[in-house]
Amino acid sequence: MTVIEGYPDYMLKSIKLVEEKREKNMSSPVKPMSMNSREDMLKKYHPDYMQGTRRKLKVGKDKGMLLYNGIVDLLESRTVIDPKDIDLSKIDYDVDLLIIGGGGAGTVAALFAYESGVPKENILIVTKLRHGDANSMMAQGGIQAADRPEDSPTLHYLDIYGGGHFTNKPELARALALDAPGIINWHEQLGVMYDRQEDGEFQELSGGGTCRNRMHSCKDYSGMEMMRNIRDQARNLEIPVLEFSPIAELILDDKGQIAGGVAFNLETFEYYVIRAKATILATGGSGRLHLASYPTTNHYGATGDGLIMAYHAGANLLDLDTIQIHPTGDAYPEPLVGILSTEKIRGLGAIPLNKNGDPFVFPLEPRDVESASFIKECKEGRGIVTPTGMPGVWLDTPMIEIIHGEGTIETKLAGEVRKFKRFGIDMAKQPILVYPTLHYQNGGVEINEKTETILPGLFAAGEVSGGVHGKNRLMGNSLLDFNVFGRRAGIYAAKYVKKAKIGKLTLNHLEKYNSMLEQANVKIDKSAPIILPEYRGEMAISRSLDIF
Amino acid sequence: MTKEDQVLVEKPKSKKAKDIEEKAGTVEVFIMGKSYKVPAGLTIMKALEYAGYRYIRGCGCRAGFCGACSTIYRKEDEQKLGFDLACQKVVEDKMYLVQLPFVPASKAEYDIEKIVPKDSTLIEFYPEIARCVSCNTCTKSCPQDIEVMKYIQRAIRGDIEKCAEISFDCIQCGLCAMRCPADIKHYHLSQLARRLRGKYLDTKSKNLSDRLKEIENRKYDTEIEKLIKMDKAEIMEKYKNRKIEAEEKGQGGA
Repeated sequence: MTVIEGYPDYMLKSIKLVEEKREKNMSSPVKPMSMNSREDMLKKYHPDYMQGTRRKLKVGKDKGMLLYNGIVDLLESRTVIDPKDIDLSKIDYDVDLLIIGGGGAGTVAALFAYESGVPKENILIVTKLRHGDANSMMAQGGIQAADRPEDSPTLHYLDIYGGGHFTNKPELARALALDAPGIINWHEQLGVMYDRQEDGEFQELSGGGTCRNRMHSCKDYSGMEMMRNIRDQARNLEIPVLEFSPIAELILDDKGQIAGGVAFNLETFEYYVIRAKATILATGGSGRLHLASYPTTNHYGATGDGLIMAYHAGANLLDLDTIQIHPTGDAYPEPLVGILSTEKIRGLGAIPLNKNGDPFVFPLEPRDVESASFIKECKEGRGIVTPTGMPGVWLDTPMIEIIHGEGTIETKLAGEVRKFKRFGIDMAKQPILVYPTLHYQNGGVEINEKTETILPGLFAAGEVSGGVHGKNRLMGNSLLDFNVFGRRAGIYAAKYVKKAKIGKLTLNHLEKYNSMLEQANVKIDKSAPIILPEYRGEMAISRSLDIF
Repeated sequence: MTKEDQVLVEKPKSKKAKDIEEKAGTVEVFIMGKSYKVPAGLTIMKALEYAGYRYIRGCGCRAGFCGACSTIYRKEDEQKLGFDLACQKVVEDKMYLVQLPFVPASKAEYDIEKIVPKDSTLIEFYPEIARCVSCNTCTKSCPQDIEVMKYIQRAIRGDIEKCAEISFDCIQCGLCAMRCPADIKHYHLSQLARRLRGKYLDTKSKNLSDRLKEIENRKYDTEIEKLIKMDKAEIMEKYKNRKIEAEEKGQGGA
């Protein structure tokens, strides 16, 4: 039986070198890269620039657009619902506002729609798993907001825009930076427990690609603490939530407006017709598609459904030719592979080192650059290869205790400590092994400042949306994103429902999409959205029968 | 399509990895009493999937944050029950497993704006905490190793601040509430304690309220507008030359 306890001997030898060089490494840090060397690093080592990871889409609104293969595969699949199976004359839920997704963006939207005057019984949150099962819950490091006197929303804007390689929609980046302090204030009113100094000011750290320390955190459970508060608020208000019933396709009306969705009860296999005057798409990301074959940090339901159903209905997409791989996914031990170790670890001062114990990159480059430099180090043979063949580099966590004092790791990184302790690794005394992991969907369904998509009646917020982060998101801007744009979606959708009038419901767009696929002559062997990933053992699947 | 085509791997496996998996051997687990052989070294969650189970309930974040996959287990010939998260705990030979995907525990409803936190606030909303018999079963069943009984005791004494602090890492899986002989809803109670602390007890930031006033007075609007209107070369130059605080002070900042 292999019960994993700590590191094997050959790794311990490499850790010896890390320890010997620690003092020197701390006193002579690697400088940030120039813009040109950043570019060069990305071109050579980031999957966004690799051959064979992406191809051009052959159907629909964005025909000819370059996207990751895994997303094109789904967009070039048959619609998961056959319109003939659905009776639209019987409405199961008739509401003002349908919110698709019970994560951060969806729940924030519900709260602000309620505050903006939509009665709670006319709001319906529909979600794939439980209310709160979302990447929002898992975000560890923190949330950016420029509130210190030495910082400003202008500098935050510059970081967002530069970090996104100047490809963000400027008005969305502006909204993100300018709304941020207001969001923190709203959280204070809800009761979010932020890490503070004794005088009440926030403890603020640096993140990759940020020019000021503006990362607000709640230990290393930042997203969980926000999500818990937001969800508790929604529960106190008794905002209706339909769990384990993902929306499989959107419904339109005869005027071309989005008019709700078809939900699928995962447990009884029934469908429900939901009619709504406005719909907010808040379905989150797509890490579980394992684009470019990366392991992922994402939750179980992150299968990109929102992209697919919105595209079926005629929405347009942005920036899905890029993925965010997070530099510090866990590489060892095996059961943790792909799970995130927060960027806060580097924010607190830990430095990435190769197998010789030498530093090779400024620890807080933007995520794409930092990841690419890890990949380079491993490709050139200076990484450590685990017993299961996974490469990785060290992240020298004991440095944190030297910089901030003994016990810092235990108090500021409680979740991380707990995770590694199970496997006999004490991260306050030993470094951890990391390698990039699929973390975030940079792009998505295009929105404007009011979170409107190009389809009347359809709003989008959070990871499913595109334009906010351009081609690369910075740390701490996703928690911020779901709050800023979830709020805006709730407010603007509430305004919209006041004058919206829904016509006759239809799913004709699905038939049209399927015939378009046939005409485009693409090989169709799947249907989408996929709703959940398939992780059953190959043996079990190969012998399964479909007779019950 | 064949079902094999649908298989998405959790992690791309090299050939070498497969060999090692074979070398590591298998263990026998009992999923709700039924025997399955699975590779050693898998988490409980991945072991169930290997055996052919496809999760709908009992699986959420797969990384120890959401509390969806709380699992109760007992090893053959052992008296004691074990409690853990299926996504974090590695299978052991002769483990009997059952998951608890839902907990029927009632939550108090309140308007956080209307509560004035006092020593008696927590016990008013959750009077059953007074029935705590200090058996410590809650603490023993916590997969996060939180000192659950300790925060209940603090709550009984009206110490909202400590109750919030000790319970902070709670993932709300509900195992504590399911085991408690006094029917206490620990994880709901501590949610209230944390909200009260965050809202009413922690000192607030002055910097934040100053910044909010500036934003309200539109202090940054023209600055940002100017950046938006800049041509690409100019803004790239500005970005490149901005001073990085972490670099100047040594990283880590405040």
